[in-house]
Amino acid sequence: MNMTAIVEEQTVSNWQRFRQSHFWHSFCIDKVAQISFLVFVAYVIAALLAPLMAPFDPYDPGSIDIMNSELPPSWQEEGDATFWLGTDAQGRDLWSTILYGTRVSLMIGICAVMLQAFLGICIGLVAGYVGGKVDSLLMRLADVQLSFSTMMVAIIVLAVFQATFGTQLYQELAMVMLILVIGIAEWPQYARTVRASVLAEKEKEYVDAARVMGLRAPRIMFRHILPNTLSPILVISTVQVANAIISEAALSFLGLGMPVSQPSLGSLISSGFEYIFSGSWWITVIPGLVLIVLVLVMNLLGDWLRDVLNPKLYKG
Amino acid sequence: MALLEVNNLEVCFGLRKGEVKALRNIDFKIERGERIGIVGESGAGKSVLGFSIINLISQPGYVSQGEVMFEGQNLAKMNHQQLRSIRGNRISMIFQDPMMTLNPVLTIGDQMVECLMEHRTISKQDARNIAVQKLQQVYIPSPETRLDQYPHELSGGMRQRVVIAIGLLMDPDIIIADEPTTALDVTIQAEIMELMLELCERNNVALILITHDLGVVSQVTQRTFVMYAGRIIEQGPTKEIINDAQHPYTQGLINALPQMGVRGKRLHQIRGAMPSLQSVPVGCAFRERCDYAIENCSHNVPDFTESGGCKVACHMVAELKREEQAVKLEIKGGAQ
Repeated sequence: MNMTAIVEEQTVSNWQRFRQSHFWHSFCIDKVAQISFLVFVAYVIAALLAPLMAPFDPYDPGSIDIMNSELPPSWQEEGDATFWLGTDAQGRDLWSTILYGTRVSLMIGICAVMLQAFLGICIGLVAGYVGGKVDSLLMRLADVQLSFSTMMVAIIVLAVFQATFGTQLYQELAMVMLILVIGIAEWPQYARTVRASVLAEKEKEYVDAARVMGLRAPRIMFRHILPNTLSPILVISTVQVANAIISEAALSFLGLGMPVSQPSLGSLISSGFEYIFSGSWWITVIPGLVLIVLVLVMNLLGDWLRDVLNPKLYKG
Repeated sequence: MALLEVNNLEVCFGLRKGEVKALRNIDFKIERGERIGIVGESGAGKSVLGFSIINLISQPGYVSQGEVMFEGQNLAKMNHQQLRSIRGNRISMIFQDPMMTLNPVLTIGDQMVECLMEHRTISKQDARNIAVQKLQQVYIPSPETRLDQYPHELSGGMRQRVVIAIGLLMDPDIIIADEPTTALDVTIQAEIMELMLELCERNNVALILITHDLGVVSQVTQRTFVMYAGRIIEQGPTKEIINDAQHPYTQGLINALPQMGVRGKRLHQIRGAMPSLQSVPVGCAFRERCDYAIENCSHNVPDFTESGGCKVACHMVAELKREEQAVKLEIKGGAQ
C-alpha cells in the first residue's frame, strides 16, 4: 500500500524503476502475496466507502426497527432479502454494521500503529544513536513497559477512565482512548527493532562521513540512518496493525472497547455472543470470519514483505 | 603561523583493561596548500590521527593531551557547535571505501545539497548548481543526471570521485584522505591520485594523505611522516625518505616493496609484528624487530635526530651521527 502511494507521486522513470525492481518481481511470482494484497485492498476500499456501500446507516437509531432483530442471512429459510447477512439483536443490518465495523477496526489499528511507530522510532533512534546512559535508561523503560501485558494496561486504563469520567464521555472518546492505549502500550516493539538496526547502521562509514560533513545529530538520525532501517520497520508495521486490531477486538469483547452504538468488529462479535446459543450464530460468526481474514491477510503480507526485504533470503 | 599545527597530541582509549595510548607525542605542522603523507602499517594509529584532527574519535577514545591548532583555534577544546562549522566546511575528510561512505538510500544530489545547505544559506537550486560544478571538477560525465542517481548505480571509481567532490564542496582548507584508494584497483587508483593531486594544486588545498602505500605517498606528497605504534618515528621530505630512509623501520617498509626488474627473489619482510598498544615495550617500540638495536634502545624512547633533511627517532642513527661528528672533529683537530 505504501509503495504504490510513493511511486504514484514520483515521476515515470521511478515507476519504471519500480517495475524492474526485485520487490515488484517477487510480488508478481507470489500468488499468496497477490491474493493477500487484493483482499487487503478490498478491505481498505470497503472501509473507506462504507457510507456509500452500506444499505443502512447503523449509527442512525431512526433506521433501526426492533421487529427486524435476529433475522438470519437471506439465504436461510427465514431470511429477509433486504438484510443480506441478516440482522443483529437490535435489528441492525449486519452487512452495513460489518462495513462500518471494519472501518472502525482498521482506523484504530492503523492510527494506533502510527502512534506506536512514532514513539518507538524516536525513542529507538535516540537510544541507538546516543548510546551509553541514555540508551540504558530508554531500553530499561521499554523493558518495564513490555513486562506489563498490553491487555492489562489497556484494561486498567480504560476501566479507570470509564469509572472516573462516566460512560457517557467514555463512549464519545472510546476510539481516541483505544488508539492512545494500544499505541502507548506497544511502542517498545518498535523501539527495540529500530535501536537494533541503528546500532548496526551507526558503525557504517556513511554515518562517519555525515558527521565529518558537519551535519547535526538529529539530521543524521532521521535523514541518514532512519531510511536505512525502514525495511524491518515496514515488516513489523504490518504485523503490528494486525495485533492492534486483535487487541482492540479483545478489549471490545471484554466491554472495554467501542460502545455498542458504534460497533467495531470486536464489539459486534461480543454483542452476538449472548445469542449464539439461541441459534443466532451469524451475529458472532460472520464478523468473526471478517476479522480472521483481515488479520490473516495482514500477517501473510507481513511474512512476504519480511522475505523480500531480507537480503539473506534473496534468490536473485 | 601554520594552517594546522598539532602539538604533543596524545589520544587515549579507556578500555576495560585500562588506558591504551593510541597516539603519543604527535607533533607536526602543515602549511596552506602543502601535501603531507602519513604512512605506517595497520594499527600504527594513522586513522586515529586523522579522526583526532577533527575531534571525531569514536568512544571510548579521547584526546588526553596536547592541542590541534587550526588557524589559531584549538580544535581539541571546541564545543560541538563550533566543530560542526569547521567539519566539512574548512576541513573535510575522504574515507577508504566509497561503497560505504555514500548513504545507499539517498541520491548523490541529495547528499551534496544537504552538506551545502548545512553550512551556507543558499537556495536549493544554487546548491545543485554548485554540486554540478564540483562533479565537473572531478571529471564526472553528465553531472546533472548523476545528481539524481543513487550510489549503487555508479562504479567504484566514480563513487570515489563523487566522494572527493563532496569533500571539495565547501572549498575546504584541508582535506584528510584516509586511505582513499585502498578499495580501488590499481589503474583507478592512479587516476584518483592524479585527480587529487591536480585538485589540491589548483585549489591550493592542503592534503593529509593517510596510507600504507609508499608508492602513493611518493607520487603525491611533499613531506612524509612514518608512524609506528602510535608515534611518529621519521619525518622529512618525501623524496629523501623514499630514497634514503634512515630509520630501520622505514628501510624495512621500503625494502618490502616489490621492485620492477628484480626477478625471482623473495620480498623482504620485517620480522615479527607490531607490539599491541596495550603492552608497548619500554624504550624504542621497534627494538625487538630491529636488526640494529643497541643497549640504549631498551631503556629510553629515542628523540628525533636531524639527519639530512629528515628527523629520525632512532638511537642507532643518533649514535652514528655522534660518531660522525666525533670523526669530523678529530679530522679538524688533526688538521690543525
